[in-house]
Amino acid sequence: MRELWRIFWAFARIGSVTFGGGYAMLPIVQRELVEKRGWTSQENLLNYFALGQSVPGVIAVNAATFIGHERRGVPGAIAATFGVVFPSVVVITIIAAFLQRFQEFAAVQHAFAGIRIAVVALIASVVLNLGRQTVKNAASAVLFIGALGAIGFFDVSPIWVIVIAAAVGVVQALRSSAQLAKRAPQKENSSE
Amino acid sequence: MTIYGTLFYEFMKIGLFTIGGGLAALPFLQKLVDRYGWITADQLLDMIAISESTPGPIGINAATYMGYEIAGVWGGIIATLGVVTPSVIIIVLLAQTLKNYGDHPLVQGGFSAIRPAVAGLIGSVAIQMGRHELLHSGSWADGNVFDVFNLSALGVFAVVFVLIHRLKWHPVVCLAGAALMGIVFRL
Repeated sequence: MRELWRIFWAFARIGSVTFGGGYAMLPIVQRELVEKRGWTSQENLLNYFALGQSVPGVIAVNAATFIGHERRGVPGAIAATFGVVFPSVVVITIIAAFLQRFQEFAAVQHAFAGIRIAVVALIASVVLNLGRQTVKNAASAVLFIGALGAIGFFDVSPIWVIVIAAAVGVVQALRSSAQLAKRAPQKENSSE
Repeated sequence: MTIYGTLFYEFMKIGLFTIGGGLAALPFLQKLVDRYGWITADQLLDMIAISESTPGPIGINAATYMGYEIAGVWGGIIATLGVVTPSVIIIVLLAQTLKNYGDHPLVQGGFSAIRPAVAGLIGSVAIQMGRHELLHSGSWADGNVFDVFNLSALGVFAVVFVLIHRLKWHPVVCLAGAALMGIVFRL
């Protein structure tokens, strides 16, 4: 039980100093868990972050769950998960409660009117960066535009977009591995 | 179902289908706004701003904030539990069985196709939000074409976009600057 508390608090500390999630958490986890505590190796840590991206959910939380599981099995996984989300829950609840109080002030309303516009700019910038990173060929361009249009014009659930995109990717991978299998014996022939 | 049950179920779905982290949860949150009207489009934007400027992963911050707005302190806790439940179950199963699952070509193929789709999904949210914040709705109907554009909003948008996208300023600094502009220009 004491070990589970230790896992909880270690991840609560990490969660409280991480802005933005994802790989932003990596250097802090490295210092706190690999260098200071020796709970996992540098190699495992990088694997967990890579795997965290290949599992649904929040990447930083996924990495925490993996490390907690390595340390103490299922209870360790749960303790690490609760730990990493604990600071967010506390801080956001307090902010949300304060905002509800201050919303009637004109200055607060004007400030948030400005902030909302900035958030739209922020999201637009994220979309452009993500588009540049992920759209590499015709197929991925079709998926990008298809997802954009499916939600914007046809009101499809985003769940279906994810499911269909995953199916397209799996079929593509199957086809390219089939092509590789076909090509392999030909190579043997040509080398004779 | 009680409101807590609905919250847990809806946020569990978000946890299960949010792939790629960061803003990937956004299209699903937008869908909740459309379907349940739990919070307004404006509140969703406020929430993203707060999630960006406080510690912790954005997906978790968003779940807590939205849950709190809908059903108080317990709402925030239950929405957050809902978001993390699917990944904890999946990771525990994976860690015990398939250690090299991430290296499998079919898994990599699936995820490489999901990523551009997620970018497109977030793009559709950006368009919807941009229409809401930067254009005056209803002006088309009045036949007054020049009033369609909210000029002061477009100005702030252009400044912030250049700061974030071209000059790579930190988002939190840009949000603070936009708050100041909002107060000064009485947006």
